[in-house]
Amino acid sequence: MNTQDQYLKSIYLIQQQENGPASTGAVADRLEVSPASANEMIGKLESDGLADHEKYEGVSLTDEGILRASEALQTYCIIERFLHSVLEVEEFRAEARQLESVIDETVAERLDTIIDRRERCPDCFDAETDACELLDVAESEPAD
Amino acid sequence: MRGDGVSLSYPVASDHQLARLLQIGMVLEEVVEARAHKHHETLDEEELGDEIVSLLGEAAEESAEHRRRLEELVDELDADPVAYGEIEKLVAARYESDTDFDGVLYDQLCNEETAYKFYDDLITAIEGSDVRFTVGRERLLSVLRAIREEEAEGVEEVTELMEDET
Repeated sequence: MNTQDQYLKSIYLIQQQENGPASTGAVADRLEVSPASANEMIGKLESDGLADHEKYEGVSLTDEGILRASEALQTYCIIERFLHSVLEVEEFRAEARQLESVIDETVAERLDTIIDRRERCPDCFDAETDACELLDVAESEPAD
Repeated sequence: MRGDGVSLSYPVASDHQLARLLQIGMVLEEVVEARAHKHHETLDEEELGDEIVSLLGEAAEESAEHRRRLEELVDELDADPVAYGEIEKLVAARYESDTDFDGVLYDQLCNEETAYKFYDDLITAIEGSDVRFTVGRERLLSVLRAIREEEAEGVEEVTELMEDET
């Protein structure tokens, strides 16, 4: 998944959590980049017509941005679900984050042919737990 | 660990990550092999024609060989075991329910293109990494580049065949 799609996906999830625009700081935190880097990419998304940025409020995705983000989130869901259900990786969320930049959406589409993803994907993705809510996350959580 | 700057493309950071990516490659090859076999099994040889039958046979053989080469690398790394027997069954079981890819040649083209893209991105991510893997970097890259080259040839071969068909 390319860098732009990773930003779109993060903004989409923050907007979902906040029920409003995503602050640059929150985007930077989620992606573990500097606020300056986040700002630079948000400017690019805005010039590409994928996001609107209001000073002091934050960034909101346009309809086209939402569509792209939703596709990127589906790709991410495929990677998570594949790691969890096919390779039986316990730390599937952490590994999905590490691997997402190397797995292209066309590769994810092929992996998708052997996993059981629901039609409502990616709406079942839970931004809080960073995983599909239909996956049995409890088993994968380390015990406190 | 995330890097500096806007880019979120990260190099392969550990043996474990490398092993995982190679395992994903093995599953992709498994998918290609299984689909080539299933196409051959489910469709009439006469209907497919000699050229497509031989293409499918070669594709399955090549994927099995790629998988073997990847497995050799994975065996030398610190990797979690993966139940390939189970994955083989899963790939076979899922094949019939899949309706997304129409046409044998088109499916085969997707296979080759996807595999090419996968190895190309993987090679870039390894080239960008300064981690010392348990497997020698030169050997690792030469195996992956050779596989990528074969995938590129595969794309060309299927494209030519598709052009002949039309």
